[in-house]
Amino acid sequence: MHEGSTMKRSLQIIREIIRKEFYQIRQDRRMMMVSIMAPILQVIFLGYAATTDIKYSNMVVCDNDKSVESRALIQRFTNSHYFILRYDVNLPDDVDAYIDGAKASVALIIPSGFGEKILQRRTTPVQMVFDGADANTASILLGYATQIVAAYSQSVLLDTPLMMQKGKPARILPEPRVWYNPDLKSQDFMVPGVVALVLMIITMTLTSLGIVKEKEIGTLEQLLVTPIRPFELLIGKLVPFVIIGAIDMSIVLAIARYWFEVPLLGSLPLLFGLSGLFILTTLGLGLFISTIAKSQQQAMLIAQFFFFMPFMFLSGFAFPIANMPKIIQAFTFVIPLRYFLEIVRGIFLKGAGLHELWPQATALAGIGIVIFSLSVLRFRKTLE
Amino acid sequence: MYRLLRPIIIKEFRQIRRDPTSLGMLLVLPTALIIFVGYALNFDVKHVPLVIFDQSKTAESRELLEKFKRTDLFDYKFDVQGYEEIEQLFLHRQATIAVVVPKAYADDVLAGRDVRIQLLVDGSDGNTGGQAVANASRITAEYSTRLAVDAIARMGGRSYIPIDFQPRVWYNPDLLSRQFLVPGLIGFILVLTAVISTSMTVVREKERGTMEQIMVSPLRPIQVIMGKTLPYLLISLLGATAILILGYVLFDIHVRGSLIVLYGGILLIVLGALGQGLLVSTVTDSQQVAFLISVFSSLLPSFLLSGFIFPVSSMPLVLQLLSNLAVNKFFLVVVRGVMLKGVGIDVVWPQFVYMGIFAALMLGISTRRMQKRAA
Repeated sequence: MHEGSTMKRSLQIIREIIRKEFYQIRQDRRMMMVSIMAPILQVIFLGYAATTDIKYSNMVVCDNDKSVESRALIQRFTNSHYFILRYDVNLPDDVDAYIDGAKASVALIIPSGFGEKILQRRTTPVQMVFDGADANTASILLGYATQIVAAYSQSVLLDTPLMMQKGKPARILPEPRVWYNPDLKSQDFMVPGVVALVLMIITMTLTSLGIVKEKEIGTLEQLLVTPIRPFELLIGKLVPFVIIGAIDMSIVLAIARYWFEVPLLGSLPLLFGLSGLFILTTLGLGLFISTIAKSQQQAMLIAQFFFFMPFMFLSGFAFPIANMPKIIQAFTFVIPLRYFLEIVRGIFLKGAGLHELWPQATALAGIGIVIFSLSVLRFRKTLE
Repeated sequence: MYRLLRPIIIKEFRQIRRDPTSLGMLLVLPTALIIFVGYALNFDVKHVPLVIFDQSKTAESRELLEKFKRTDLFDYKFDVQGYEEIEQLFLHRQATIAVVVPKAYADDVLAGRDVRIQLLVDGSDGNTGGQAVANASRITAEYSTRLAVDAIARMGGRSYIPIDFQPRVWYNPDLLSRQFLVPGLIGFILVLTAVISTSMTVVREKERGTMEQIMVSPLRPIQVIMGKTLPYLLISLLGATAILILGYVLFDIHVRGSLIVLYGGILLIVLGALGQGLLVSTVTDSQQVAFLISVFSSLLPSFLLSGFIFPVSSMPLVLQLLSNLAVNKFFLVVVRGVMLKGVGIDVVWPQFVYMGIFAALMLGISTRRMQKRAA
């Protein structure tokens, strides 16, 4: 009987706090706008931006031969989707300015006498300059350029009268087939990542700053003299953030699925369930920040430098974890975003189920429990 | 002028000093981040795990596959007997690319019929997949050309390779992604610290009500703005210098061009970012909103939209236009140009002009808004 009445009392208090929080959030129109609109805009814009597809790189050409043969070679480049002929120059040295100024990523230099040598069946040089400042793009373009030139060489060889008479040798043609992501659109890979990133930022920021703000203003102390107990306060404060987080989550997942048409091969309930788990860990992290920061500015710096940036770089969002040194790979195991990325990409692109994803789910839950208990302990200490 | 400015600068500095944790974070964290990023991040897609499915099992097929085993682009890991095994390896991320040689490979090659070699790629990481496909296709094409060259020799003709392809990679011959990322990181960190630190200063005063006090003082808005930006400008310059020194000491990244041009660029980008932060803080009333807006207007765009990691030229046209709002985009051209390519102001002046306009606009609008408030 007594037990029951304390619990009822607790629930009432929690409900009151939640009502007060929501009232405050509603009052702050801008805050509402930002926490709902910002994730939508961010996912839409950045979903398009985050592409590692190398398409239509600007090419500057110096064709000193201007023969049928040289034009045929250039055409092989422009037919390939990877290169787009942007600039034409007359002197080989003139290409420097385009590469230096980052106006073009590659330069193709065909010397005079190219066509003649091709017809006379002699070796002719062709130079190509790659802007190595963007190492990633340069290495992909280098691969395709080499392939294009090799194919051209081969077609010249197969054209000799000797071959015509005696029969051509076989051509070995690469036939790439991409699994899970047939168009090799990095968008399908990146959009789920952007979704995860935006979700993390919004939930962590709302929680951490929301609580530090009350500390700064001193209203948290006022609550202390009331009969409200710390855990009631905590639940009351967190529930609204959980709700906003869930709304944001549904919106951004819907954008990924219906706006970007990222195929969802796996189960939707599983996706929602595990996303919810992820949001709980980010709320926990936000709470944790709020217990160590003395001011909102500090909370921001901590969130930014200790969480957002390392998470962005080390979670496998853009950089493959497999390429990192072992020590840093070990460090990535404490990053919740890492697991969530594997979960989101797995469910969306590979149709992975709990059977494949239980290690990630367990890790997320583990991190969530640890960080929550730690923050609750610290939170109570701050209050007492 | 300076007499009036001095007190507000001193006050801002005092506030910064009173919070040594924040100051420490502003100075130490950027440098910590550069070490991390320099060591950790790697786009270099060598040693991609390779699986081979050789249905032909002949001397001919082995000769081709030897080319894949002999390169450091791929790590030959598995030999399998069926597609299911490949799929399992892909699902468990143990292999990224599979080369499948058809059963009739040797017969076709000997008979002079064209053969297709399947290159199966785990495309779930578009970037690694793309690089792996480009490299595997290139190996196949080069081998195919080789076959034609040999055929001519066998037929008694003069064997030669028609095109002597001479690719040269400028500035970064080993294609190290570190050379590409570390200079970019300077811009990334500068923009972030500048936007975040200033976006808070004015809002904080508003929240506490001290802004009104400043407004009734004889200070003009422009002086308030200058007083608020100068201390952070100094901190940013210190941070940038630390990164440059670390980049040199740890990663052997030299500044090939002129330091004056580089610092000129740094000055402009920081001014622009400080202005952006001030603007954010004049349009918001709470630090919470200010932080969210500055994260969403600086952190994510400088990370994703500026060309720091993802090439701007591959984005859709609308986004390419929008990317002009991420001022970091222009600084990246300057910092990569000066550090890696050694270019001078004659090449990067358009970027300087743009950054100048951006800074003037941001600072100008914030001053205007401040004036309105005062009036």
